[in-house]
Amino acid sequence: MAADKQSVNMTVNGKPVSGEVESRTLLVHFLRENLRLTGTHVGCDTSQCGACVVLVNGKSVKSCTMLAVQADGAELVTIEGLANGSELHPMQQAFMDNHGLQCGFCTPGMIMSALDIVNRNGNDLDEATVRKELEGNICRCTGYHNIVKAVQAGAKAMGGGS
Amino acid sequence: MYEFNYQKVESVSAAVAALKNADDGKFLAGGQTMLPTMKHRLASPSDVIDLSGIAELKGIKASADTVTIGAMTTHAEVAASPEVQKAIPALAGLAGNIGDPAVRNRGTLGGSIANNDPAADYPAAVIALGATVKTDRREIAGDDFFTGMFETALEEDEIIVSVSFPVPRAAAYMKFENPASRYAIVGVFVAETSDGIRIGVTGATPCAHRGLRLEAALAGKLDSAALDSVELPVDKMNSDIHASAEYRAHLVKVMAKRAVDACN
Repeated sequence: MAADKQSVNMTVNGKPVSGEVESRTLLVHFLRENLRLTGTHVGCDTSQCGACVVLVNGKSVKSCTMLAVQADGAELVTIEGLANGSELHPMQQAFMDNHGLQCGFCTPGMIMSALDIVNRNGNDLDEATVRKELEGNICRCTGYHNIVKAVQAGAKAMGGGS
Repeated sequence: MYEFNYQKVESVSAAVAALKNADDGKFLAGGQTMLPTMKHRLASPSDVIDLSGIAELKGIKASADTVTIGAMTTHAEVAASPEVQKAIPALAGLAGNIGDPAVRNRGTLGGSIANNDPAADYPAAVIALGATVKTDRREIAGDDFFTGMFETALEEDEIIVSVSFPVPRAAAYMKFENPASRYAIVGVFVAETSDGIRIGVTGATPCAHRGLRLEAALAGKLDSAALDSVELPVDKMNSDIHASAEYRAHLVKVMAKRAVDACN
């Protein structure tokens, strides 16, 4: 079968982007290979690990389990869209301050999922909520303790607290 | 993933027409099972027809006695719906515990029941609540919808429009979940309905089923002690690396008892 090319247009980190993709191109590959936004990682490629989580129209999505064509017309935020110049987003800063990572491979997905958690649950998160909400993000280094602390601290900082 | 033609349609009739014109087409709902299946090359449709642009498949409507949920409504939307939380909290809770948050943001009610994974959660609720599945051409009773492993009463080109759940007097869903995938190793949905106590069991057998032995033992009363003496057929249970058939039979009873207690 001849490759069926589709044009896609979307807003990524506030900027309009477009491209020609095969129907089967996964969103994560469009982000990484066409847009060169390599902060979004492919961990398992089987929708389990969460390293590829981005926000699509404000909601966390595993970008390895969505076609690029399905994101046509959508607004996306990736890890590259969070910092303001050299000033980290409060959730990024919280991961740094709390040593919420070791190798860092899962961190972009953790942070994007954390933003979705804050959007739905507010700024005052207890530990059990964070652990339950992070079920779709796997870290093989840290044992999660500092990730949970970082999400709680980041949530508070996003609400203006510290 | 093999190549395919992608089409996004805006109406149910256009979706059905697109499927009829395709060599080997498939409807795409949330894609949380279908895309991984295609990536594994276990499915290789010639055409993928995306239903996400069809407005009539979305949304939740509640009346005094029924909650109707559009097929393309996501698990996250069902879980967060004040109408569902008020009318059938067990259903909102079930939806809010499928997979993980990112999966719930994409996965849909219609996709879940059309796929009929033996370990999916929704089939237990559809059966126990005596729901009705409305398609583009007919209504199918929940009891008749799930016909076998990954098999349903749907025709190849038939589209689920919505599912209507009668509001029960009480209901509870208890799931013993796989700690990695969150799929049900066993899940039991108990509902006290106008039609008596009805029980839906998922994860235990190749296809979700009605727990008729459990219902008979309860004899119309939400008394979990009545389930102690029930004998379940071990030879009909699934057996895999996660749980043996004997263990699953045991879990069905334990989850059923917990669900009955939670109804009180």
